Amino acid sequence: MNREHLLLNAAAIALFGVAIAGAAQTQAKPAQKDQQNAKQQSTATHPSNTKQSEGQRVFEQNCARCHTPPDGFSPRISGTIVRHMRVRASLSEHDAQELLRFFNP
Amino acid sequence: MPKRSFSLARRSNPLRLLLLGLVAFGVWQYAAAQNTPLLSGGLGFFTNTNDGATSYLPIMEPLAAVPLGNRFLIESRAILLESFNPKGGGQEGYNHSHFVALTYLQGDFIAAPHLTVVGGSFLTPFATYNERLSPFWVANFQDGPLISGLGVMQTGTSLGGQLRGSAVSNENFSIDYAAYFSARSGNEQFNSARSSGGRVSVYLPKQRLEIGTSYGRLLQGTHENFSGVHVWWEPQDTGFRLRSEWARGAHGNGYWIEADWRMKQFGGYNSWVGRFEPLFRMQQTFKTDNIGGDPLPSVNTQRADFGLDYNLPHNTRILTSYARQFSSNKDVNIWETGLTYRFLFPAWKGH
Repeated sequence: MNREHLLLNAAAIALFGVAIAGAAQTQAKPAQKDQQNAKQQSTATHPSNTKQSEGQRVFEQNCARCHTPPDGFSPRISGTIVRHMRVRASLSEHDAQELLRFFNP
Repeated sequence: MPKRSFSLARRSNPLRLLLLGLVAFGVWQYAAAQNTPLLSGGLGFFTNTNDGATSYLPIMEPLAAVPLGNRFLIESRAILLESFNPKGGGQEGYNHSHFVALTYLQGDFIAAPHLTVVGGSFLTPFATYNERLSPFWVANFQDGPLISGLGVMQTGTSLGGQLRGSAVSNENFSIDYAAYFSARSGNEQFNSARSSGGRVSVYLPKQRLEIGTSYGRLLQGTHENFSGVHVWWEPQDTGFRLRSEWARGAHGNGYWIEADWRMKQFGGYNSWVGRFEPLFRMQQTFKTDNIGGDPLPSVNTQRADFGLDYNLPHNTRILTSYARQFSSNKDVNIWETGLTYRFLFPAWKGH
């Protein structure tokens, strides 16, 4: 690898690091602002910590089946997430409503 | 991985106006407290050493979802990457190339409690990998299975219409379905093949078991059939997952089985040990002939992947794996490392 490519790689890594730091800061405020919401989601993703609800069941069986749950998100996008998951995971209307209730107790 | 080239700079004015219109309509919808448009996706940096040659891949896949009213959703995902590959042929140094493409752009209309109508450019619903695991911030391994190109009709994306939804859902079982038709398109942004197909899956929540079958038919050139079966099993409260697919096309077939275990027994998911995720994947492909150009390796191939991922806080993951691939062409070692970050936030600030 010549010097030019080493520099390009270093620049790509640096850009990646900066992007992560920036995005983390962007998310930090909503995460703090919606700490309670995030906490509920965080505990809800671990069945042993909380009582099983219908929405939690939908969440575990349809969302967490494919991907690791995000660390938390703003409640302002909870409806959009549910609609996206309704299509992607083929949720029924009932399950979508329960999932939305789970995100916004 | 790249499917088509797509230049933002060359995008036509009508499409630009359409996107601006969608954004404006999304802004108007801001009044709905929980339905703010979102931006999500991932940033990643990967290295791949295949038979001693190392490639580097910084990549970004942004995803936008814009709800309209109570029943519509517009969603799209794009890919931006820069690939650094060794020149080879005894030459020193690297070639690099960039790639920007729209992966899909679809409109969803929730027509009934058990029916959603999808229109536009969408991920072809065949088996599970294409729709569920192809985002790099979701997949456990950096590269997809050897059979991931079977049944997804060349590009992985279809252009047309799709009906999908949950046919039945109760505490004992659920059945979901998807059926689509795609037109042939040579458009560089929405390249697709004329085809049709669908998928049906049964999920048993008590057993945490999903079994499904898929079918697809290519309706251009030499018409070919594709079929597949997938089985997923996730025993409750174990942190263990087993995923598998088998698919066949006109010129070959293959399977993959992937097991991963999130070590939650050692202090929970968020303990330093619980964040480890050992992985194993086994896959084989079998060619029946080399008449057609399908995405399978040209000779029978076996491959075993051993991986260890680490789930850092703040939606960041470290992916590492070693694979040994056996074929009559050559046996090779494949080493892969990666760092991914997944972001998810409202499209604009609010109260």
